[in-house]
Amino acid sequence: MTDTEATAAARGAGSAGEGSAFRVIEARDLCLTFETNDGPVHALSSVDLTVDRGEFVSFIGPSGCGKTTLLRVIADLEQPTSGSISVNGMSPEEARKARAYGYVFQAAALYPWRTIAGNVALPLEIMGLDKAEREARIKRNLELVNLAGFERKFPWQLSGGMQQRASIARALAVEPDLLLMDEPFGALDEIVRDHLNEQLNRLWDRTNKTVIFVTHSIPEAVFLSTKIVVMSPRPGRVHDVIECNLPRERTLDIRETPEFLEIAHRVRDGLRAGHAYDDE
Amino acid sequence: MTTSDFLHSKTAAVLTVVLVLLCIWYAGAVALNTPFQRDQDVRDKVERSTGDFVTATLNQKRPVLPAPHQVAVEIWQTTVEKKVTSKRSLVYHAGITLSSTMLGFLIGTVLGIVLAAAIIHVESLERSLMPWIITSQTIPILAIAPMVIVVLNAIGVSGLIPKAMISTYLSFFPVTVGVVKGLRSPDPMQLDLMRTYSASSFQTFWKLRWPSSIPFLFTSMKIAIAASLVGAIVGELPTGAVAGLGARLLAGSYYGQTVQIWSALLSAAFLAAMLVTIVGFADKAVRRRMGMVQ
Repeated sequence: MTDTEATAAARGAGSAGEGSAFRVIEARDLCLTFETNDGPVHALSSVDLTVDRGEFVSFIGPSGCGKTTLLRVIADLEQPTSGSISVNGMSPEEARKARAYGYVFQAAALYPWRTIAGNVALPLEIMGLDKAEREARIKRNLELVNLAGFERKFPWQLSGGMQQRASIARALAVEPDLLLMDEPFGALDEIVRDHLNEQLNRLWDRTNKTVIFVTHSIPEAVFLSTKIVVMSPRPGRVHDVIECNLPRERTLDIRETPEFLEIAHRVRDGLRAGHAYDDE
Repeated sequence: MTTSDFLHSKTAAVLTVVLVLLCIWYAGAVALNTPFQRDQDVRDKVERSTGDFVTATLNQKRPVLPAPHQVAVEIWQTTVEKKVTSKRSLVYHAGITLSSTMLGFLIGTVLGIVLAAAIIHVESLERSLMPWIITSQTIPILAIAPMVIVVLNAIGVSGLIPKAMISTYLSFFPVTVGVVKGLRSPDPMQLDLMRTYSASSFQTFWKLRWPSSIPFLFTSMKIAIAASLVGAIVGELPTGAVAGLGARLLAGSYYGQTVQIWSALLSAAFLAAMLVTIVGFADKAVRRRMGMVQ
């Protein structure tokens, strides 16, 4: 049995609700309220979510719908006000301490005084890996994002797209099973974004990781995901969950197919029904 | 280089300013020295032409404001024409001041960094320590310096250390303030990144906060090294004018040797400019190594 088949089987088992061992995220009735000077802001309201191993789940919705907040709760960067959430069967804090996930931010957030190799080495140094292991992982992960040969360059010497790829290599170097990505391609132009989407799809297909991906682009969400979580604002909540049963390996041409357009249409309807365009 | 290029160059700009300053200085010297010269001439019953009178005001033995060429001659005589070991050599005195400046600057910088690191890690220290640090700088250094010298002398510490302590007192403050700002300069995303790696606060300090604070540190060090020099000179005043640029200033004012005062003053200014420039070079070198200069 190949990796792909194994994942498909795992996914089948997960969605049938039998194999809780394959459940990566399980959130029940999750609420998060920020107390501000203008009164409480309900960033998340009664969110239920399950993500199984090997899935590629996108959170989509307009600004203020809580998609980034939900990702930050999973990463233990925010604490929920009420409700329960588990990551790999642990609390988010335990999962963070076990370095169970890699996190890719909206900006590359590379440290300007470190070379590209040095930036990828950062989490590995913190984990206390020895030099040989660090170098092996740097080489492997920079190759994975097509940045071999740029080890000794400083971040400012690279384009925005290359910087973001370096930050993905940095997240992958931790070798987590779970990758959390917060609008990683939001600041890039469309051509670069398309290219990176294809690369990310291949990476996910090859490495068999679970990816949770925040975006506000419908084509991006449909192209990458196995499941799309449509969210709506004020209060931030899950409006709809749309299964996206396209083949695992995808090329950009798939965006012209009727299946793709059908799913994209359903996502757009979901966003509209969630009053996403209320005041925009 | 054509004439037009030269007129627009940086050198031309600097030379113009120097020239203007020299003109003002000469004019000021003539104006300020005129009353004494007039009285003197009346007493000596000397009649002078205007040109002769102006020349006389610029060449008095103890002028109110010495002319630039008098100061230049004095500096030449006390640097190039004297042996460095001579007590009359300005280089000797500058060396004494420089040594306590450097010692005070080093201690001050280390102290400043340690205080800054403590302040950003212990929240209560910010509230308890910072007001005292700021208060310390509102006390005139001229009031503190003699006490430090006298008290330390009483317990048998004299020479370099007391002066260096006054330099430290002046130099730690800009470093503390600058480095606190620097250590707090990483943006929330960079800090969140460390959190996702569950890095310890020690790791966050060495791998993120400290490198982020380096540009702030060097800016503070430029201020601190100039303040150290001021501290060292002030520290030399109450010691009874033994040695150092401060001693030269004091001795000059005891005996009305204004030319000596001004030459010591200019040497101190030159020394300060050199020190700040050296810190500037170190700043560039470090930043280039860190890949932060393009």
